Amino acid sequence: MGKLLTGRNGILFMLGLSILFPLFFLDNRYVLYVMTTSFIFIIAIYGMNLLAGYTGQLSLAHAGFFAIGAYSVGILTTKAGMNFWLALVLAVIITCVIGFALGIIALRTREHFFAIYTLIVGYLIYLLIDKWDGLTGGVRGLIGIPIPNSIGPIEFNSAVSMYYLVLLFLVLSIFIGVRIVRSLTGRTYIAIRNSEELAQTLGINTRTNKLVSFVVSVAYAGLAGGLYASLTRFIGPEIAGIEMVFNFLVYLIVGGIGTLTGPIVGTMLFIWLTQFLQSFQEYRMLIFGPILVVIVIFYPTGLAGAFYSLKHKWLGNKEQKKEKISEIESMKKTSIQSREV
Amino acid sequence: MAFIKIEGLTKQFGGLTAVNDVDFEIEKGKITAIIGPNGAGKSTFFNLISGFHRPTSGSIIFEGIDITKTPVHIGAKLGIARTFQTTHLFEQSSVIDNVIVGHRLRTKSNLFDAVFRTRREKQEEQEAYDRAIEALDFVGLLDLVNRQVAAISQESKKRVAIALALATDPKVMFLDEPAAGINPDETDNLAELMKKIAQSGITVCTIEHKMQMIMGLADTIMVLNHGAKIAEGTPEEIKNNPIVIEAYLGGDALAEVN
Ligand SMILES: Nc1ncnc2c1ncn2[C@@H]1O[C@H](COP(=O)(O)OP(=O)(O)O)[C@@H](O)[C@H]1O
Ligand SMILES: [Mg+2]
Repeated sequence: MGKLLTGRNGILFMLGLSILFPLFFLDNRYVLYVMTTSFIFIIAIYGMNLLAGYTGQLSLAHAGFFAIGAYSVGILTTKAGMNFWLALVLAVIITCVIGFALGIIALRTREHFFAIYTLIVGYLIYLLIDKWDGLTGGVRGLIGIPIPNSIGPIEFNSAVSMYYLVLLFLVLSIFIGVRIVRSLTGRTYIAIRNSEELAQTLGINTRTNKLVSFVVSVAYAGLAGGLYASLTRFIGPEIAGIEMVFNFLVYLIVGGIGTLTGPIVGTMLFIWLTQFLQSFQEYRMLIFGPILVVIVIFYPTGLAGAFYSLKHKWLGNKEQKKEKISEIESMKKTSIQSREV
Repeated sequence: MAFIKIEGLTKQFGGLTAVNDVDFEIEKGKITAIIGPNGAGKSTFFNLISGFHRPTSGSIIFEGIDITKTPVHIGAKLGIARTFQTTHLFEQSSVIDNVIVGHRLRTKSNLFDAVFRTRREKQEEQEAYDRAIEALDFVGLLDLVNRQVAAISQESKKRVAIALALATDPKVMFLDEPAAGINPDETDNLAELMKKIAQSGITVCTIEHKMQMIMGLADTIMVLNHGAKIAEGTPEEIKNNPIVIEAYLGGDALAEVN
């Protein structure tokens, strides 16, 4: 069982499951919609994790960058009448450019100062969206964002088609994320997270690498935002709000910062939990808050990290037992041999 | 041309002069040691050469190139490696994973290579891995490559840090108290390793507290006190230098040496 669901098998299993999933809920738009939303957020959290979990810079501005992506698509399609796909590409580029500019300044700070700085940046993005009525529609938000234009015979007018479209982007995002983490570039990022001083003595230009990693990370958030705009077709400033910042943080930390499966686990879990707890709306934080605190204290690498360490312990014990058995057996053999001699 | 030539090197932290007008030359292929009491400015001296601090005044010339204002990562590419007084290793990771990144500065693969897993990426990953194994073999840790750093001894950690520095293909290595916190037997082994490094053509410059170890190891010793160079010479000369005895070695330390 342990072997069956890890590594390549685990990935294929999850992929198969997510491809087959809509078949069970063909006429349940709600379930598909929630699942699609969770996929979108996984993309954003994947980006946040690349930066926070691997390069070691915890950004609290990612809800803001998510909103920049969403509003770029929203404004370009509704106000400029642009094709969705072009708008999506531009949204990612816009997010990257803004991320680059803000990153240059943000990365002059370190650790909690970086977190605080990005928290403020995120809030400024929120304020800008909220107050810039003419462009963003202010508190009223943007309505009538179109669904993605059809590609040849493929149309995106159903919940199922949106589900698969987002799934495609999710798989691509995860694939790229995994490739980056497992490359020399990923090793460079991990070295920076471990110790900037040591990384520098190893000839790593920490400033450039952090900036590139920051831009890649906000590109994920921008892409997710762009998809979100087209899925919900209505966006308001609250997607950059403090509650969203908190959600992002919870998804990432409870799921497992610096792990490849953490963002998936955390995001899915909390998005569905939120759905089940909808009647509690206002009091949700009363439940999420304490969970966050407990996880941070006892499982700093989240549920994914806890799972791996438990698995290692379990496998370790088994191996030790095996070793002991073979030890005993070899002892028996030698004693038999010595008797024979 | 001197290998490393330091002239009038001074570093002030506010009102405190941590390194005071030091002139010094490091000879290629030799083992040079820097000794001095706590707070004498030894680590600061290293931080100046490796680029962590900008000197208040003075210059550092490395193989004819002025590196006084060179950032740390550029210095590393030129061939300057160093270890820290505390190792800074990634404890949760394996020994080999810690060391592979040491060769990163000699590779060119970027984000594009990573995403598309280009031939260059694969080639350089292999190169970095091979270099790490070679370095771990050199320091005698081949049997620990897959162990978690947190689970190995203090001495082994020091060796991993040295392997990491070796993986950068340096011309000179600055070791900040490599023998601190390890027992006498292991200290001897570490001294052997430093000799081996020097024999392989890499210049070694080490800060050391353990007199006995350094007297049998170094070709040249510089003594710092309150940031200033008070003596320089062979171990024999340092041992018999009245200023050193007076200012630093004192009765106890001298007894330890002899
Ligand atoms: N970054 C710094 N800022 C201020 N003072 C420092 C800094 N680094 C070292 N010092 C001071 O410089 C002096 C020399 O320190 P250091 O070079 O670490 O000595 P050593 O390595 O010889 O024990 C000490 O008084 C120390 O407090
Ligand atoms: Mg020191």
